Amino acid sequence: MKGRRADRWCLVLLFLLMIATTVASIRYGAMDFSVHDMAAAAWGKLSGNPNLPLDQRIFIELRVPRAILCLLVGACLGVGGTLMQGLFRNPIVEPGLVGTSSGAAFGAALFYVFGALLKISFGGWTLPLAACAGGVLSTYLVFALAHTRNEGRSSILLLLLTGLAINALFMSGIGFLSYVARDPAARSIIYWNLGTLSGADWNSVLVVGVATFGGLVPAIVLAKPLNALMIGEDEAVALGVNVRRLKWTVLTINVLMVAVATAFTGVISFVGLIVPHILRIIRGPDNRFLILGSSFLGGILLSIADLIARVSLRPAELPIGIVTAVVGVPVFLSLLQSRDYLS
Amino acid sequence: MLTATDLVFRAGRRALIDRISASFEPGRLHLIIGPNGAGKSTFIRLLARLLRPAEGSVLYDGHDVARRNERELAQCRAVLSQAVEVAFSLPVRDLVQMGRYPHFTARPGAGDLQICEEVMQFFDVTDMADRSYGTLSGGEKQRVQFARVLAQIWRPLGDATRILFLDEPLTFLDIRHQIDFMEKVRTFASQKDVVVVGVVHDLNLAAHFADRLILLDRARILADGATREVLTEEHLRTAFAVAPVLLTNPVNGRVHLAFEAGVPPEDLKPVEG
Repeated sequence: MKGRRADRWCLVLLFLLMIATTVASIRYGAMDFSVHDMAAAAWGKLSGNPNLPLDQRIFIELRVPRAILCLLVGACLGVGGTLMQGLFRNPIVEPGLVGTSSGAAFGAALFYVFGALLKISFGGWTLPLAACAGGVLSTYLVFALAHTRNEGRSSILLLLLTGLAINALFMSGIGFLSYVARDPAARSIIYWNLGTLSGADWNSVLVVGVATFGGLVPAIVLAKPLNALMIGEDEAVALGVNVRRLKWTVLTINVLMVAVATAFTGVISFVGLIVPHILRIIRGPDNRFLILGSSFLGGILLSIADLIARVSLRPAELPIGIVTAVVGVPVFLSLLQSRDYLS
Repeated sequence: MLTATDLVFRAGRRALIDRISASFEPGRLHLIIGPNGAGKSTFIRLLARLLRPAEGSVLYDGHDVARRNERELAQCRAVLSQAVEVAFSLPVRDLVQMGRYPHFTARPGAGDLQICEEVMQFFDVTDMADRSYGTLSGGEKQRVQFARVLAQIWRPLGDATRILFLDEPLTFLDIRHQIDFMEKVRTFASQKDVVVVGVVHDLNLAAHFADRLILLDRARILADGATREVLTEEHLRTAFAVAPVLLTNPVNGRVHLAFEAGVPPEDLKPVEG
């Protein structure tokens, strides 16, 4: 099939582009590194030199994990968006619209305000765990409430409106928490809501990496049944797809990827929406290409956004959620205008 | 061989299918007719296992379908419904290939691709194989969907009977395409290992093509048999509350219906019982 071969070339191209943006992303920032500096730092680390110069340590312990985290989080959001759009047969769905991100943000806000009071702590894992729990809870609420008695189908409009309501509920919860919180906590909440990768370290890379690959591998296997779902639920059943099981698997993978990614970086909107859309324009809606492709393109776009966030206000940083929203909102609006997606 | 025994399906307390039993033989074209709300669609969806009955069972070749897994079932059973909405616009060839999904795991084999080409030829859609589904006309779309559905059960399976369900496939088609479709269905249904059961709205079309008619009325079978036994004045009055005029089609000698308008409702009183 010539179509499949072109898909493969497109994936290779996306992969190379991802490597290129990653190199750019570790090179530039508050401090620029030459290729020579980077090589020296990498060599110093690999040879086990305990007394690396400060700039080289910054490079190894902050810049590189941040670039990798960017790729992983971008992949999570991109794949999450592709899966959700496939499941709901609608290109305006993104994980944030069904509550996952605002729930995760609420969980994180709870941690910032009450974490110190409660004696429960899992060390560095407490924040991600709280955010994950929030994300799972809000997503579950949205789906439970959007479930109609009509043969268990969630109508897209009902789902979006329920998502809107639940989002508002959790956002007001976040608002309340940041209102009652004292200053360091309050600022953390606001900062986290705008999304930032400044907390990146090797530990977060490890956790998000496990979630990314743990979600991506089963997601690729779901490509075929998701394709069948494009022509309708009954048709997918007639083609031998267990639609019920497919739904639960997709939702589980999506919550795993998006909640874990959001837990470490805060709320980054619109990436999950735009990535699958761009790929569909380039190569069509075949999920066998889309799922892997969106993991690459998600990483690429988020790396570029993070680069913009870091260099535009040097030496200060812009929250990355602002960058993605500024770029994402016009794309989203033009999408809404170009076709009737709310049926 | 397809057998349904004592099927019951309810929506709330109302029975949409009220204890229906029927069996369908290979090599023949079975068409289900009946007024709106009689349960035709529900019946065919139960037979195809798109719905699960509250009571009763459906057997394909003597095996209860309730116990088969989705994919196994999809290898021998295909369903064409009236209007398929495709969420994202695909190339026609990819859509037809979906029909082979139950038969391959990761990617289609040479045999699968060969079948797709044959089916596209049969439905005369080879020319549009590379076009995007969204750009096709209503009739072309339905032909592509039919090609996809038949790709699923195009080749004989050895011991298992292939079963094709049609749920009002002719809606939105003009008369030429309706006839063309039915001719193709009849050709396909004439194979010795193929059972075809369809719901058709147009009574004359049903009379023209069916080997056997099943008339549903109010969740039950009112009449079942050859065209002349089913399309009687009494049955039509009971089921549809119309005054039929039974004619004979001079071309094929089959029943042809016309209807008398302006008959007062009390004269159309269905025969209760």
